Amino acid sequence: MLGSFAVLRKQSLLGDAISHAALPGIAIAFLLTGTKDNNTLLLGALISGLIGTFWIRGIIKKTHLKSDTALGLILSLFFGFGMLLLTFIQKQPNANQAGLDKYLFGQAATLLESDVWLMGSITTLCLIVLLLFWKEFKMLLFDADYTKTLGFNTKFIDILITTFIVLAIVLGLQTVGVVLMSAMLLAPAAAARQWTNSLGTMVFLSALFGAFSGVFGTAISASQNNLPTGPVIVIVASVFVLVSFICAPSRGLLFKQIRFIKNRRDLQLHKTLAFMYNIAETHNNTAHPHAIKILNNFQGFTKTTLQQLVKKNYVKLEGNMWYLTEEGFKTAANLYNQQSTTNE
Amino acid sequence: MAITTEANTKETPAATGTIAVKVDDLTVAYNYKPVLWDIDLEIPEGVLMAIVGPNGAGKSTLIKSILGILKPIAGSVSIYNKPYKKQRQRVAYVPQKGSVDWDFPTTALDVVTMGTYGSLGWIKRPGQKQKKAALEALEKVGMLPFKNRQISQLSGGQQQRIFLARALVQNASIYFMDEPFQGVDATTEVAIINILKELRKAGKTVIVVHHDLQTVPEYFDWVTFLNVKKIATGPVKDIFNDDNLTKTYGINYKVSIQE
Repeated sequence: MLGSFAVLRKQSLLGDAISHAALPGIAIAFLLTGTKDNNTLLLGALISGLIGTFWIRGIIKKTHLKSDTALGLILSLFFGFGMLLLTFIQKQPNANQAGLDKYLFGQAATLLESDVWLMGSITTLCLIVLLLFWKEFKMLLFDADYTKTLGFNTKFIDILITTFIVLAIVLGLQTVGVVLMSAMLLAPAAAARQWTNSLGTMVFLSALFGAFSGVFGTAISASQNNLPTGPVIVIVASVFVLVSFICAPSRGLLFKQIRFIKNRRDLQLHKTLAFMYNIAETHNNTAHPHAIKILNNFQGFTKTTLQQLVKKNYVKLEGNMWYLTEEGFKTAANLYNQQSTTNE
Repeated sequence: MAITTEANTKETPAATGTIAVKVDDLTVAYNYKPVLWDIDLEIPEGVLMAIVGPNGAGKSTLIKSILGILKPIAGSVSIYNKPYKKQRQRVAYVPQKGSVDWDFPTTALDVVTMGTYGSLGWIKRPGQKQKKAALEALEKVGMLPFKNRQISQLSGGQQQRIFLARALVQNASIYFMDEPFQGVDATTEVAIINILKELRKAGKTVIVVHHDLQTVPEYFDWVTFLNVKKIATGPVKDIFNDDNLTKTYGINYKVSIQE
């Protein structure tokens, strides 16, 4: 759901950076408290995720670096630091340390009922904020400068969106883990974008895709032994993306190609008809037969086009000769006018 | 080049005497080098003003600083004698067309409706009244048949008209436009200039960043020459001459105007 905003902001990699940035937070929270209580660790993840995000923004704003450089820098810095801390923790004589690495790849199976409640309530909160500030979010994403001139505090809106993206990521960490989280954020949004041209529908669809991937992924991994849940969920989400890329009605590759071929054929047919019309026009009698041979010089003329024209009853054949029918003649005469009106 | 300036001077109501926009000592820099240096500018109410100058002269920057999008290093801006922040409702902005992602999933009507968001304020949703205003603005720019078009499927000129409509919805007193004629065809250019002239007739002040020097005397009645510093500002018929053009563009410019 929130992934839609990340995708539209062209900050798709932000998710990746944030999830990696959350790792040291988890480790530090563990070092400080010594517990493996989920909420404590997630709070740590949230804080370091936020710090990472605002550093990224700072780097982009204050230096000449491009956003992808800044993202990559922060991502590897935080992740490296996180791994360092994890190794350090593992060397400690504390028996409690095992299990922190579940945040790396995620372990949906370890989710407790209380975790699910937490996720549910935060999701609801996200939904409420999203509905309340819908208009502001949409406008900021489309045209930030303009939003500012209308008197909106763009910084506030921006921080709000970013905070919720970070929240969503941190919550997802338990399920799919640091490494795969960004896929979870982006895949549903990328898939949804293919199907619609309306932001509302896109956000709704992407939430739907996300939820389905979660349910299907968990179901598949539960039915087969030894299949890790997180990766399966991500794969299911990727299948959604793949299918969307190919099959979506207006932006999908398949339909684009089909439409392209069909348009070409139609035009070819029309052009051939127009060519025939020009020849037929030179005679008083439109039904005057002409040799098929003269058409051979016309580029785009094939046997199939001729057959199709015959089928449409525009042209009649008599041995090696053809002539335009009444209908064909009329259609051809109107062809140019039609073209210019339908294409405005 | 023969240009009839007669029609322009007739419809110029510039003599209300009120100052719509006042800029004092404005200095803006992105880095080391100032982009705008010590700009003092007074724009009278009711003029249709062009800001001209070479690339990098700070034309867009001037508009953006007046509108508070950029933070100036020094200087102040007042709109009708009050600080800009208190007068936002009276000012509308048409950004450069290239400043946004036109592949954004939204429709023409939706973009124009954004013009009403400022008066709506936080959280409140646009209702029937706002929709009606947006439709009227679309009608004015001749884009009503395209209201439900996805914005990426509009031509460059149509996109520009959508931006214009969005500003019209704001029903402001002062309009700032950043190169509204950039990359539009002749038909759209005429449509836009007609709307600008209508705005002037209604007593609004319109400030346009403009590139085409040839059309300045035909379209505008007021002009500001800008190249980091303000070179000159005033009525087109008085100051739009080779002297100022040369000072602004640095080369010997010849646009002889037949009076």
